[in-house]
Amino acid sequence: MNAPLFQIKNFGVCYGQVSALQDADLVMAPGSVVTVIGPNGAGKSTLLNGLMGLLPSTGEVIFDGQSLAGMGTEERVMAGISLVPERRELFADMPVIDNLLLGSFRRHRLREKTPTDQLDWVYDLFPRLKERSSQLAGTLSGGERQMLAVGRALMGKPRLLMLDEPSLGLAPRIVQEMLDVIGGLRVHGVSTLLVEQNARAALALADHGYVLENGRIVLQGPAGELANNPRIAQSYMGMTTSDAVAAADATN
Amino acid sequence: MNSFELGALLVQDGVTTGAIYALLGVALVLVFSVTRIIFFGQGEFVTFGALTLAWLQAGQMPGTVWLLLAMALIAGALEAWAALREGQPRRLARIALYYLMAPGALSALMVWAAPRGLPLVLQCLLSVAIVTPLGPLLYRLIYRPMANASVLVLLITSVGVHFVLAGIGLWLFGVEGYRTPALWEGDLMLGNWAINGQGVMVLGAAVGLIVLLALVFGYTLSGKALRAAASNATGAKLLGISVAFSGQMSFAIAAFIGALCGILIAPIVTIYYDSGLLIGLKGFVAAIFGGMASYGFTLLGAVTIGIVEAFSSFLASAYKESIVFLLVIPVLWWLSRRGGASEEH
Amino acid sequence: MTQKSVSPAAPVGASSVPGAGSRRLAAGALVLLAAALPLAPVPDLFITQANYVGLYALVVLGLVLLTGIAGLTSFGQAAFVGIGAYATAYCTLTFGWSPWITLFVGLGATGVSAWLIGTITMRMSGHYLPLATIAWSIALYYLFGSVEALGKYDGLSDLPSIGLLGWDLGGSRAMYALIWLSVGLSAWGALNLLDSRPGRAIRALHGGVQMAEAMGVDTARLKVTVFVIAALLASVSGWLFAHLQRAVNPTPFGLEASLKYVIMLVAGGMSQVGGAVLGSSVMTLLQDQLQVLLPRVFGSAGNFEVIVFGLVLVLLLRFAPGGMWPAVGRWLPTRRIAVVPEAKALARRTPVPAGEVLLQVRGVQKRFGGLLAVDGVDLNVKAGEIVGLIGPNGAGKSTTFNLITGVLPPSGGEVQLRGQRIDGQAARDISRLGLARTFQHVKLIADMSVLENVALGAYQRARVGVVAAVLRRDRRIEASMLQEAQRALHRVGLAELMHRPAGSLALGQQRLVEIARALCCDPALLLLDEPAAGLRAFEKQALAVLLSELRDEGMGILLVEHDMEFVMKLTDHIVVMVFGRKIAEGSPQVIQTHPAVLEAYLGAAP
Repeated sequence: MNAPLFQIKNFGVCYGQVSALQDADLVMAPGSVVTVIGPNGAGKSTLLNGLMGLLPSTGEVIFDGQSLAGMGTEERVMAGISLVPERRELFADMPVIDNLLLGSFRRHRLREKTPTDQLDWVYDLFPRLKERSSQLAGTLSGGERQMLAVGRALMGKPRLLMLDEPSLGLAPRIVQEMLDVIGGLRVHGVSTLLVEQNARAALALADHGYVLENGRIVLQGPAGELANNPRIAQSYMGMTTSDAVAAADATN
Repeated sequence: MNSFELGALLVQDGVTTGAIYALLGVALVLVFSVTRIIFFGQGEFVTFGALTLAWLQAGQMPGTVWLLLAMALIAGALEAWAALREGQPRRLARIALYYLMAPGALSALMVWAAPRGLPLVLQCLLSVAIVTPLGPLLYRLIYRPMANASVLVLLITSVGVHFVLAGIGLWLFGVEGYRTPALWEGDLMLGNWAINGQGVMVLGAAVGLIVLLALVFGYTLSGKALRAAASNATGAKLLGISVAFSGQMSFAIAAFIGALCGILIAPIVTIYYDSGLLIGLKGFVAAIFGGMASYGFTLLGAVTIGIVEAFSSFLASAYKESIVFLLVIPVLWWLSRRGGASEEH
Repeated sequence: MTQKSVSPAAPVGASSVPGAGSRRLAAGALVLLAAALPLAPVPDLFITQANYVGLYALVVLGLVLLTGIAGLTSFGQAAFVGIGAYATAYCTLTFGWSPWITLFVGLGATGVSAWLIGTITMRMSGHYLPLATIAWSIALYYLFGSVEALGKYDGLSDLPSIGLLGWDLGGSRAMYALIWLSVGLSAWGALNLLDSRPGRAIRALHGGVQMAEAMGVDTARLKVTVFVIAALLASVSGWLFAHLQRAVNPTPFGLEASLKYVIMLVAGGMSQVGGAVLGSSVMTLLQDQLQVLLPRVFGSAGNFEVIVFGLVLVLLLRFAPGGMWPAVGRWLPTRRIAVVPEAKALARRTPVPAGEVLLQVRGVQKRFGGLLAVDGVDLNVKAGEIVGLIGPNGAGKSTTFNLITGVLPPSGGEVQLRGQRIDGQAARDISRLGLARTFQHVKLIADMSVLENVALGAYQRARVGVVAAVLRRDRRIEASMLQEAQRALHRVGLAELMHRPAGSLALGQQRLVEIARALCCDPALLLLDEPAAGLRAFEKQALAVLLSELRDEGMGILLVEHDMEFVMKLTDHIVVMVFGRKIAEGSPQVIQTHPAVLEAYLGAAP
């Protein structure tokens, strides 16, 4: 078996007295798409923020053979991990093209060559961004903002791309477009860790899935198997197992 | 002199000082928008620049060199210790370069140049060159460990920094005031209209610097990175634009601007070790006009202050300062109504 | 933790705290020592020092209230000292008035200018406020130095000394008595103020205005009030200063003096009344020693002590933001509140008949620029019912919550509370009509006791003014309010924690304290914002039990929540929002199997 690209063991995040995430174990093979699903408040964003160094964490994190423990956010970015956060965090008063160019700052620091080829690639993925390249990021629509956030993260040529609820606030049609693009990234050598509330769409796209509930991973497996598991509905809707089975029957 | 000529003279005067306030205002807004620090010590960069030049003019070695070396050594030691502790000894070479060799070379240059009576322009360059690194060193030593503090704590810390720098200024330069010779003696004649030469220099430098900053921010990746850090701190972090980078770079620019202002006004106004406070504060008033955010309004405010100051100096000289500072209140009131109070703390 | 048994309201006195007796003795000894000092044959220098320490302490005391406790920074207190000093100087010299009269002239002038400046600047939050204080402080300094009648930069001299009943208080020992008496009285008044209804409201200002407004506090007015109080204290200091020195000039009233007061504040302990005296003493002594020592070190004259002051300030802020008080304070007695068992109960609202519609939300909308965050939502809450408002992330639940509670005005639609329109009203007016709320991120005052935090909820049910509080004439109403708070704490089962500082409680307990505080508002309708967030299983259980009981007693409850299990088990009726619209409502059983809801949460099948 190939060495995993990314692995975490006993990973936990605490803020103040609240233990938001505990004992998380997760493995990602290179070139794969892994999704973490779960109801709201389960700790999904906390997981990504902890992995990115935005929140203090405990436990082991090994990326490409290197331990990330003690590294700050910027260093993790330099190591090749990129996060598209829930709130996108775009530079609203700067144009689309500047937002994208800034995405390659990491490579600038690593003294790699100019990013025009990378920019062309991102424009191919998201043609709408090319049309709006001189428009201020703050004036884009919700879907376009999300595209810009993903495009900006890709400009840094990350090995691992982490996405926090990319479908949030987007119309269903655009969600599908977005997820198609994300699914196609593995061909370009980018592995993806996708955190989503929209369980069905995420499982349709991913290779492997983990279900988070109240800060713990309660279920994991190949995405196809998880998709049919009534335990997921139970988790999301706060039901007992028999209710969940009945609900699953009703919708099938 | 008829009233038109008098008015023109006062406006000229006002625009000259306004240009200085504008530069300082720009520096303050830059530092604040990137680091959330209301940098109370900006005026000290001005006095250090001016007094360093005065010392060079007198053929003496300015104490600024010692300050630079001391700060560089301490900062370098801290960086080296951190590199060792994190198990990254490869960084030591870079650290030695930035914190030992560069300041060392600059200081050596200064030692060599001081008694030699070099041309004024070169001495100006040297003064600016030696004061500029004080900015990022100050950030590294004092503010970087406090990067997550609230705006208020950072402001009170800046007050402390101002006191320390002013005191050091007293120690290095003494209580005397100094004036340096003008870079451009005499006047520029536009028809019948005489424009003061130094004033032209000041205005030219101010315009030039603002254009340069606009180019850096608009066209270089590092400049854009700084704007990004000001626009969204989290977003910048996620792209690898570290807080340390943006802090040090903005402080470097602020120190550069301050030193430049120092050498520009040194021929116009007698500078003492404690002149920085008042000059810096007027830069503040300009920055407040801009809501600590807009460069355009900062420029406008600065020119307004300069002109108001020139006219009140002429008409009611005793109340000049009061009028300038009282102007701030209605501006702040208007800004707070427009901006609205925030729960941020 | 879920005990509901009522433990007897034993007055917890300081005597039950170990070592309390010896602490009281220590405090008493300190006061006696301070009082006896001028009578002892100590050198005049000591007395002079002590006089200046006292003068500074008065100003810093104002800063403790304004900056340390209310969280409003002022870099301009020295200007108010100047107004007090110049007022008395001018009036005694020009009109020959007695200093006792000019004291009030000074207080009047300072009060009016503080009120004016305060009204303009107190709306400014964050960093605008300190900048404004710097601006007017400098402006006033230059005014003092420019006005002919005030002697310009030379100032005025040959002021008379203060006379009292025929005695001349000109000597420094006599002034010592007057100064330290003033300090003592002011400190006593400040401690009284903090231990009262307005005091709790002032403390609540520190973390932002939202919580205070929800409790019914008029925060804008309160801020100005505290500002004026601080200015008046500075004015008294100015009056004493003028008649101690018998001369005034602008120098001690400039920006540098104001900044030094802030350093004394931070050094002593920003939010402690005792810190004012501690900070002033230490910094004054330090300054004196440095003025002797440093010129020797630096080899020349000049005020180098500013370097040390600056360093002290920077180091304190970095390493010891609590100042020196924590090291000293442990030797002094701590305040304890003894709950008076029999106090007159506060007036209660007439109970609402079960089933009456308390809250009616009709077609409410909220637009942010081009985005319609809430698009025509209807919901009802009846007395004796728990309604849950749920929906996936970004559905607009929190916005709807804010529209109901008065934090945001709706762009359309209406909200009625017991038949009265409340949409667009201020939060404090809404709370007066019977709506109380809790917060998603718990907003308690961490270093205040749990009991006092809960008592804040009763703010609108009694009236106690600042003057009454300072003079300690509010004890009966205070007892009633505390009794009410104690009752609320019993109700939520946390009575035994009432004297602990609120910040020391676990999150689950803090949420219960917030509910107790809300109960203290005597509401008909309770609005809870994600009350289960961050709670452990047994804490959620306790919360659910409490809320069910409140419902059974006739309260109407609306909660916004993400925790589905909690919501499904607890609520009677659920409203589901997606993309700003209501997509379903009904009982938990209906909602759990509702196809549109399942699709909203789990996503559409691809």
